[in-house]
Amino acid sequence: MSDPIWILGIHMTKFGKYPDLDTVDLASQAALAALKDGGVSMKDMGVLAAGCLMASNAGIGQQLQKQIGQTGIPVYNVANACATGATALRTAIMAVKSGEVDMGLAVGVEKLAGAGLLGAGGRPKSDKNEWNPSGRYGAVTSTDGRIGTDSMPGVFAQVGMEYGHKYGGTSFELFAKISEKNHAHSTLNPLAAYTKRMTLEEIMNDVMIAYPNTRPMCSANCDGAAAAVVVSDAKLKTLSLEQQRRAIKVSASVLTSDPYEEGCQVLPNVNTLTRNAVKLAYEQAGIGPSDLDLVELHDCFATAELVHYDNLMLCEEGGAVDFFNSGATWRDGGTPVNVSGGLESKGHPIAATGIANIWEVCHHLRGEAGDRQIEGAKVGLAHVIGLGSACGVHILERSGL
Amino acid sequence: MASVRGMANQIPLVDYLVLGDAPHLTARECTACGARFFDRRNACASCSGTEFHTVAVGTDGEVKAFTIVTFAAPGVPVPFVSAIVDCGGTSVRGNIINVEPTPEHVSLGMKVRLATYLIGTDDNGTEAIGFGFEPN
Ligand SMILES: [Zn+2]
Repeated sequence: MSDPIWILGIHMTKFGKYPDLDTVDLASQAALAALKDGGVSMKDMGVLAAGCLMASNAGIGQQLQKQIGQTGIPVYNVANACATGATALRTAIMAVKSGEVDMGLAVGVEKLAGAGLLGAGGRPKSDKNEWNPSGRYGAVTSTDGRIGTDSMPGVFAQVGMEYGHKYGGTSFELFAKISEKNHAHSTLNPLAAYTKRMTLEEIMNDVMIAYPNTRPMCSANCDGAAAAVVVSDAKLKTLSLEQQRRAIKVSASVLTSDPYEEGCQVLPNVNTLTRNAVKLAYEQAGIGPSDLDLVELHDCFATAELVHYDNLMLCEEGGAVDFFNSGATWRDGGTPVNVSGGLESKGHPIAATGIANIWEVCHHLRGEAGDRQIEGAKVGLAHVIGLGSACGVHILERSGL
Repeated sequence: MASVRGMANQIPLVDYLVLGDAPHLTARECTACGARFFDRRNACASCSGTEFHTVAVGTDGEVKAFTIVTFAAPGVPVPFVSAIVDCGGTSVRGNIINVEPTPEHVSLGMKVRLATYLIGTDDNGTEAIGFGFEPN
């Protein structure tokens, strides 16, 4: 087994609205704070991996360097849908793991406050009134809304409903209860975009977006950034005892894409790639789901959280409904899930999400999570899904020093 | 004769919809492994094979997932029911039509069949015909 990689410093900005800051400002804030948290500087970094999905051709990495340190190191600008942040982190980890560098910086940033519905639209209808087939399906006009939906709330609603069809037990109320949990959790997270507790009734009576997902059951568009410094085991041993004590061990770092299965090009299959990722992660870490003290999983919609209980093997196959109804995923349950409030209330600045969820886990493992601290947390898991698809899973452990 | 002339002036919404007396969908089926696709192919996503043949997809199916979209991109009329329909082992994406778009009228496991409808007519008098699935 190779030497472990460690997270030396990590930071997330408060998620919310930043009308006066741009993505480079937010990325700089997160990066500088992560470096400070790790007790290092840009001069120590051997590699930079960065992502900003909505401006993925803009070279956010180099723009960031021009604000905080042009040291000439290689930059990897990455884009992998909602898994962009996890991909940046994994890129830095791979660079350290390869032995080419002993420290790396990963940054994810997004400005989404006020953005509307994501994923939907399709091509506009031509001004000239004539049907002309085009595209991979030879379509004569936009198919969104005519042949199913391209909207994210709708796609993930179907993902949850498909689980219900396969195993039974789902209902509008059940999915709303998952959202109720995450909104309740968010009240303890000062960095969350929304921290208002919502009753089940309020959630169910809110604006319906795509049945069964109402507005509070959808991830919140907002601005934010997160950054992490990773370091090799050998290099960490040369640093101070305090740095070693606060360092968080990356026990597993896995990225997968969706393997072919019947129907996967009709409705994205977010299940198998997650299961594949987590199986490999448990194997790498040498731990099982029952060892996890907390899990941050990709609840882009309430309907998605349910299926990932199963995909991450937190429950028996087909048992996600019973698992949730047992109270296991509330912060006082056996497997607390999304104690940050999740994407539904903490917010989902896309490229920041895959590092922010790791920040949340690290925060608990370091015992620094304040009011929402999961007491004695030793091991945690962070999961993201980018539709298309990409899945990132990281298992993290405290140093034990 | 009128129907034949009418058909000459129709165009399907997508190239995998076959119009005529018995409207149905077709798929590109991989000759090597049987995987089915609806789009233009370069190779098979399952086995990387490059030989395909066209097969007819069954018109009867069962709803295995659905959502009722009430908030969509500009220009997309709401509400509508988006669904994944299992047509004899082939998953098909389409709207549930000729039904009230409410949770009381659509259910998982519901039996449905393919149906076509007029989308609109262009300046040349050509009718674009779409498809959906209606309760069977
Ligand atoms: Zn094949």
